[in-house]
This record gives sequence, structure tokens and C-alpha cells, in this order.
Amino acid sequence: MTDISSGSLLLTTTDKVRASLAKRHRKQRILQGFGIAAISIAFLMLFILLWSQIATGYKAFMQTNITLDIYVDPAEINVDRLPRGDFDDVLTAALLEKLPNVDATDRAAVREASGIFSNGAQFDLRDRIVEDPSLIGQTINMRMPVSDPYDQLYKELLDRETPEELRRLNDLQIANYDQLLDAGAITSKLNTGLITNADSRFPELAGLKGALLGSFWALLVCFLIAFPLGIGAAVYLEEFAPKNKISDFIEVNINNLAAVPSVVFGLLALSVFIGLFGLPRSVPFVGGLTLALMTMPTIIIATRAALKAVPPSIREAALGVGASKQQVVFGHVVPLAMPGILTGTIIGLAQALGETAPLLLIGMNAFITSAPGSPFDSATALPTQIFIWADSPERGFVSRTSAAILVLLTFLIMMNAIAIYLRSKFERKW
Amino acid sequence: MDDLRTVSKDVDANNTKISAKNVQVYYGDTHAIKDVNVEIKERTVTAFIGPSGCGKSTFLRSINRMNDTIDICRVEGDILIDGKDIYDRDIDPVQLRARVGMVFQKPNPFPKSIYDNIAYGPKIHGLAKSKADMDEIVEKSLRRGAIWNEVKDRLHAPGTGLSGGQQQRLCIARAIATEPEVLLMDEPCSALDPIATSQVEELIDQLRENYTVVIVTHSMQQAARVSQKTAFFHLGNLVEYGSTDDIFTNPKDPRTESYISGRIG
Ligand SMILES: Nc1ncnc2c1ncn2[C@@H]1O[C@H](COP(=O)(O)OP(=O)(O)OP(=O)(O)O)[C@@H](O)[C@H]1O
Ligand SMILES: [Mg+2]
Repeated sequence: MTDISSGSLLLTTTDKVRASLAKRHRKQRILQGFGIAAISIAFLMLFILLWSQIATGYKAFMQTNITLDIYVDPAEINVDRLPRGDFDDVLTAALLEKLPNVDATDRAAVREASGIFSNGAQFDLRDRIVEDPSLIGQTINMRMPVSDPYDQLYKELLDRETPEELRRLNDLQIANYDQLLDAGAITSKLNTGLITNADSRFPELAGLKGALLGSFWALLVCFLIAFPLGIGAAVYLEEFAPKNKISDFIEVNINNLAAVPSVVFGLLALSVFIGLFGLPRSVPFVGGLTLALMTMPTIIIATRAALKAVPPSIREAALGVGASKQQVVFGHVVPLAMPGILTGTIIGLAQALGETAPLLLIGMNAFITSAPGSPFDSATALPTQIFIWADSPERGFVSRTSAAILVLLTFLIMMNAIAIYLRSKFERKW
Repeated sequence: MDDLRTVSKDVDANNTKISAKNVQVYYGDTHAIKDVNVEIKERTVTAFIGPSGCGKSTFLRSINRMNDTIDICRVEGDILIDGKDIYDRDIDPVQLRARVGMVFQKPNPFPKSIYDNIAYGPKIHGLAKSKADMDEIVEKSLRRGAIWNEVKDRLHAPGTGLSGGQQQRLCIARAIATEPEVLLMDEPCSALDPIATSQVEELIDQLRENYTVVIVTHSMQQAARVSQKTAFFHLGNLVEYGSTDDIFTNPKDPRTESYISGRIG
């Protein structure tokens, strides 16, 4: 090669670099653009989901109540016949006090007016009087939830402009309501019943207590089973098992297990736990066992990754001072991997919390009006409760469904936040 | 730093501490150590030198059976410490490693406090009867590791928060806390600056009074400064072994000669 050609070669190299530089910069900008677009779309989806749920759900966090002065008439309620008595008549009498326009002898009109009471009202009154019979003959002030249509009316979900025959409340009932509203008997308050009540056929009385406790018991059982078993399996596979065909086979199958659709676990639980072992249906204990089956692969995979991430220098250090294999693993490697293990476990439990299909299969979608006191009482869980409510025809369950979804999402976000916190807190440099 | 002045002392009178006979080490099909015979003297610093990949670490790790932890690694031949074959059936590698301490190339303190780093070995071997005993062991080890003055006020601070040189001295202190008879060091200064290096070298020289030290190093100067005996490895063979003086001033094998004069490596 001559001097001239090598000189021109040099020149073109610089030019080439310059030309390709512009191209590379452009490519990088395009890539960045795509990234930003993808994130924006993801956020938009999240926003739509949250907004739609909050928009319908927020109203369920308030409950419309009616407050009345009730004269507990000894003629209707006899101390000796408690807990029986005509509590509904007492309530109606108190209501009619406030509604002078309603003719007390017109039975149809009276029935329509007393529709404002929720079905639970007379039982609330009964419970209060049974607790303290000295109230008989006195006037007591009581606040009770109104029935669903009136609640809808207060929240302006029931349109007064609809023709009367298509409305759930007729003109008279609306007039009664307006009169009560003017008298200050109708108020709206934070709906604590949403958390403190168990399920009910009546939306104004239905709450999530049973579902929350059901989910709690199921997750507790799930954790107590999946956590030790998952860690045990992962530690054995990662640290002790000989690497051979059998361990490869097990590894592949655990990864497969993590990908099995949850409904399959539900069917498995139905045939094994309920069919074969004869465990009861609908109980959180069986739900927890089922969820444990699903959570275990997640925990195993997370634990193995966390164990792998512990640097070999730490193992060598411990071995070098004469620690046995078991001392190295349980004294150093597992504690160092613990933040990763916990993060994986919490994410696994969060998945389990939202899991619906397997719980439906084992009957945790039964209609149960009392909260479970133990993992062996029938119960629903949060996701199955959402499923039940979404399926109910009453208007009041629409906003309650959204409210329940918001409660579930809150728990999920909290759990994931804890996982992220743990991860960042224990992140360390070696 | 270029002078090859050696710390020459007559150590040939010392007893043999470690004796390797026809040692072969394989990683699967790779023959990493080929028929090595060597007698390492008691209370002596022995340096292993040689080009990268020649098997220095491999041989060093077979002296405390660290190679056992590598599945594909196989050791043949005999390695005797005080006349007893350490690959014998009745030797527990865990117990062996308490007698043969090891310091690694990269400082690797446990992510625990300085105190716990030192106390770990004595604790698992049950060397301390009481808290006071343990405190004494910790202090003694840190003093011998020439780091006591720097850390005595923060014994409960994490060991990983120390500088690289301090960490390496902490690791040396940790290794001697179990009172081993032999101390193996695999390039202990490769991650250190010259000042920390000279501190560690000084420390190694002191350790010779009580321990048999084997050190792998890539620095000719370091080998010359700290060791009395030097072994030169090349492609898995022990090419030459003798007093450091002789190896550096009067090498017998042409490969040794070209390595120390910088022609192979
Ligand atoms: N874990 C292992 N698995 C397979 N082969 C290995 C392993 N460790 C070392 N070897 C091989 O054994 C030979 C010797 O390696 P060794 O680490 O003992 O060299 P070395 O002399 O310490 O080198 P360096 O100075 O670079 O540390 C090399 O060929 C290396 O590739
Ligand atoms: Mg090496």
C-alpha cells in the first residue's frame, strides 16, 4: 500500500465514524421514544383502571342513614317475650311521627313509607333492647342505614326524572324522603359497615369483614405452609442437591409448576383436599392449602435466585475458617438471601391474595353472613366476594363491588410497597 | 521497588510441615497440577510464583481441601501435614480448615460487625468459654492482624465499611483467630495500594514466628521481600523449588530464569 492510500483510508475512517455516529444517536432517540411511549401507555391503563373503580366505588364509602326518636312502646314490646316483639311496628310509628301527611290507617301507604328502613333496622333495635330492657317505655335516638333505593336517591344515582313506573321509588316515597331530608333526619356518614359488617343480601348492610378475615386466614395458612416448604426446597436444590439429571428434571418441573393456570390448582385441591382427604368446603384452611400450592413455586424460584446472588466469596470466607456446609448455608447464605426471599414471598402472597379461580372451585364463594373466627369456618375471600357482589342484581352492589376492588387493590399495593421497601433497605454492597 | 533484595535466613534447619507427594489435580479432563512434590518448612514463608493459569491457586487450595467444594475437581497423590495425609478417610475437611487458615485474593469480610467477623471462627469451633474469653481472642487476633489500633473504637461497626487494606488485614486477623498452624494466602495484596501492601507484608513477616505461611503472588518483589522459600510453577508443573535467594539470583531452570527476568508470564 502506498502512503497516499493509507492516508485516505485514515480520512474515510473518521468520516465513517462521524456518519455512523449520527445514525447511532438517531437510533438511540427512537429507542428512547418507544420506551417513553410504552411507559405512558402502561400508566394510562393503570389510571383508567383506578379512575373507573374510584368513580363508582367512592360512593360506597359513604352510607346514608336515617335518624329517628323511637318510643319503645311497652304495648308492642313486652319484657317477658324478648327477644320477640313488634319491633318493625315501633319503627314505623317513629317514622310516621315525622311524616304527618301519611295516613296511619292506609296500610299500603304505610308499607311504602316504611320501605325506607333497611331490613336490618328492626334487628338492630331488637339487639339494643335485648341488651338493655330498661329502654322499654323510653324514647331512644337511633341512627340506622336506609335501604338501598333511598341510598341511591341520596347519592343521586336514582334519577327523579325517570317516569314513575320505571323508578324504584314512587312519587309518594320521594316526597316522604324529601320531607325527612328537610327535617334533618337523613344524613350521610363514612360507611364503617363496609369493613365491620359481614356479607348480607341487602347492599346497605353488606360489608367485607367476612371476606377480609377469610383472606387473612387463607393467606396465613398459605404463608405457614409455602414459606418453610419453599425455602426448604430451594435451599436443598440450590445448596445440597447433587447436580444431575434428576435435579435438572425437578428444576424444570418447578418452573413449569409456576406457569400452571390457577384453575388447575383449584381442581386439584377440589379432588385431593376435599374429595380425598374429606376436608370441608368453603373454609379458608383449604383455600390456604390451595394458594400454598401456587405460591410455593414462586417462593422457590425467588429463594433460589436470592441464594445464587450471595457472592461465592462469602461462602469461601466461611468455609475457610472451618464452617461446615450446613453452617455456611444457614449461618451466612440464607440470612444474606433473606431480603430477596422475603421480597419474593410477599410478591407470591400478593398474587395469592388476588387469586380467584381456585377459591371459586373450592366453594369460597358461598353466601355467608358471619365472619370466620378460625381457618375452619366457612368464609369468602376478597376476590371471591368481589365476584359474588359483581354478580348481584341490586344497584347498591355496583358501587360496593368497586369499593371492594379498591380495598383489594389497597392491600396489594401495600404488600408490593413492603416488598420494594425491604429490597431497597437490605440492598447491600459486598 | 525494583531491587530483588531477599530476606534470607537459614530456614532449611526447620522441620517439614507440609509435604506433597506426586500430587495431581484435575478439573474434569483438565490436568491442572502435574505430579508435584514439595516439602514446605515450618515457620517459614513460602512463595508460589508463576504465570497466570499455571495452577498456583489450585495447588494452594488443595492444601486445605477447598477444592472439595468444586464438584469437578479431583485430587490424587498425598498431601501430608505433620506426617498425616489430609486426604485420609478419617480427616474431616472442616476440622482441617480450622488448622489450615486461608486468606483470599479479594478481601471478603462477612457483612457483620468487625467483632463478629473475628469471633465467628472461634465460636463455631468452641474456642471461647466465655464472653471475656472471646473478647480476648478478638483483641489478640486484631492486634496480630496489625489493625487493632484502627478499629478498637468501632468493633461493632460493619467490617464491610473498612477500606480495602483494612478489610484484608481484618481477613488475616479472622484467619488467625482460630490459631491455625498453617496460613494460606492467595494473592493477598492484589487489591491493595502500596501502603496497605507494605503493612500486610510486614504482618506476614511477623506471622512467620508462629505460623507456616504459604503465599501466592504475582509480584517478584513481594516474593523476594517476604519469603524464604520460593516455588516456581509453570503449566501445572513445579519447575523449581528452593531458597528464595537461590531462585532469584541463581535459577537453575531456564524457564524460571526467563520468568523472573520478565520474559514469560
Ligand atoms: N473451578 C475450575 N474449574 C475448571 N477449571 C479450573 C477451575 N479453576 C481453575 N481451573 C483451571 O486450572 C488451571 C489452573 O488454575 P489456577 O486458578 O490454579 O491458576 P493460577 O496459577 O492461580 O492463576 P492466576 O495467577 O491467574 O490466579 C487453569 O487452567 C484454570 O483454567
Ligand atoms: Mg490464582
